[in-house]
Amino acid sequence: MENAKKTALFTSHEKYGGKVIDFAGWALPVQYKGIIPEHEAVRNAAGLFDVSHMGEVEVIGKDAFAFVQNLVTNDISVLEDNQVMYALMCYEDGGVVDDLLVYKFTKDYFYLVINASNVDKDFNWMVSNKGDFNITLENISLKVSEVALQGPKAQEILQKLTDTKLDEVKFFCCKRDVLIAGVKCLISRTGYTGEDGFEIYSDNDNIASVWDRILEAGKEERIMPCGLGCRDTLRFEATLPLYGNEISKDITPLEAGLGYFVKLKKENFIGKDALVKQKEEGLVRKLVGFEMKDKGIPRHGYEVAVNGQVIGFVTTGYFSPTLKKNIGLALINAEYTELGSNINIIVRNKPLKAEVINKKFYNKNYKK
Amino acid sequence: MRVLKSLFYTSEHEWVKLEEDKAYIGVTDYAQKALGDIVFIELPEVDTEFAAGDGFGVIESVKAASDIYIPIDGKVIEINEAIIDEPGLVNENAYENWMICVEYSDKAQIEALMSAEEYKEFCISEEE
Repeated sequence: MENAKKTALFTSHEKYGGKVIDFAGWALPVQYKGIIPEHEAVRNAAGLFDVSHMGEVEVIGKDAFAFVQNLVTNDISVLEDNQVMYALMCYEDGGVVDDLLVYKFTKDYFYLVINASNVDKDFNWMVSNKGDFNITLENISLKVSEVALQGPKAQEILQKLTDTKLDEVKFFCCKRDVLIAGVKCLISRTGYTGEDGFEIYSDNDNIASVWDRILEAGKEERIMPCGLGCRDTLRFEATLPLYGNEISKDITPLEAGLGYFVKLKKENFIGKDALVKQKEEGLVRKLVGFEMKDKGIPRHGYEVAVNGQVIGFVTTGYFSPTLKKNIGLALINAEYTELGSNINIIVRNKPLKAEVINKKFYNKNYKK
Repeated sequence: MRVLKSLFYTSEHEWVKLEEDKAYIGVTDYAQKALGDIVFIELPEVDTEFAAGDGFGVIESVKAASDIYIPIDGKVIEINEAIIDEPGLVNENAYENWMICVEYSDKAQIEALMSAEEYKEFCISEEE
């Protein structure tokens, strides 16, 4: 813990009673009041997260568009200025380097938001694929702080602090130089919870005042500061993938059910050949949702079996705070993935009964 | 952090309460706070025999599963069904909501446990 990096909000976490842990080398709160009350606050009102550990890379130059288009699986040619897109970066073999948000400011200026645990790896990957593209790449992760305001009351709360008409910032759009409580921020209507909300970026010196002012402005709406614990339960219920769980260098986006974000008809991108081949040959394993029938909570890494044979593993599992059920996501052999299939989850060496269900556990509550 | 005077404590944050030849076992207030919201508890069958140090059950918070250990030899004569149905009771009151009740005979094992005072000091040292 002593070696963990501190975000610009570190003292705020202590002030608000956060239980701080080491996450991907960062000292961040896993919870303040409790994972369940924080989870419920985001589903029903609003929650504020410090996500300053996330990485940001700027791609600037006349080939910025071509570079990013080659780097990611999704088709960024459909992006207008100030739109945002979810995408993945893959290795040549189709395994995932990371998933990311691509912000298009202009055709010469893209802003990529990547996972904290992958920042160095991702940046090296980008640099190694720079080739002849006429661009500059800058890893600005340590200069940028980020908070996420999420929940059905997010807009109402944020609107109190800005003259920018938030109604005009549509789902997966962004706006630069927005003044939030007088602080210049980049905002986007994006998030990782399955609720409406905003992600707000600013420099390290000013983020603490943004944080305090949002919490103050949201008092009436019962906003809560939220930790990483409920960030994971929220994203899980909304079936949003987590790098290292649902996707990794050993799991392709197609296996993880993210084919929508992989445009195989696109001219070219890193990993395309392998993914085209995988699609043609058919998937050997797929990500499914399941619900426990026996009593027990499935956890990341638990084995999945049928008739004593291991057929895969749990990528994420929880007692779902919203559904009040023990559910999970698992990557298993394709032949067992039909809805209603009976599978066993191996919990502490005991095979417990579970059933394959639709993995859309929670209907996302986006404002589109 | 609440500590009750009449109980005995372990370094794994379990408590033991004696009633004649019966011992009630649960987890401490410190443990429930550290775990956070408890969402699942697994307890053994009645009549199971344990030796001191055995894992007798599992407590799961939203985030993780933790084993609970029995600090004395004993045979389970009763389990607290209420906390299986409503695990959050342990968060509400960790000393009222016991986990298992065992028959025990080895008094020396009890003497090796911490008193309330000792346990309190132990928790403070853990924090540092």
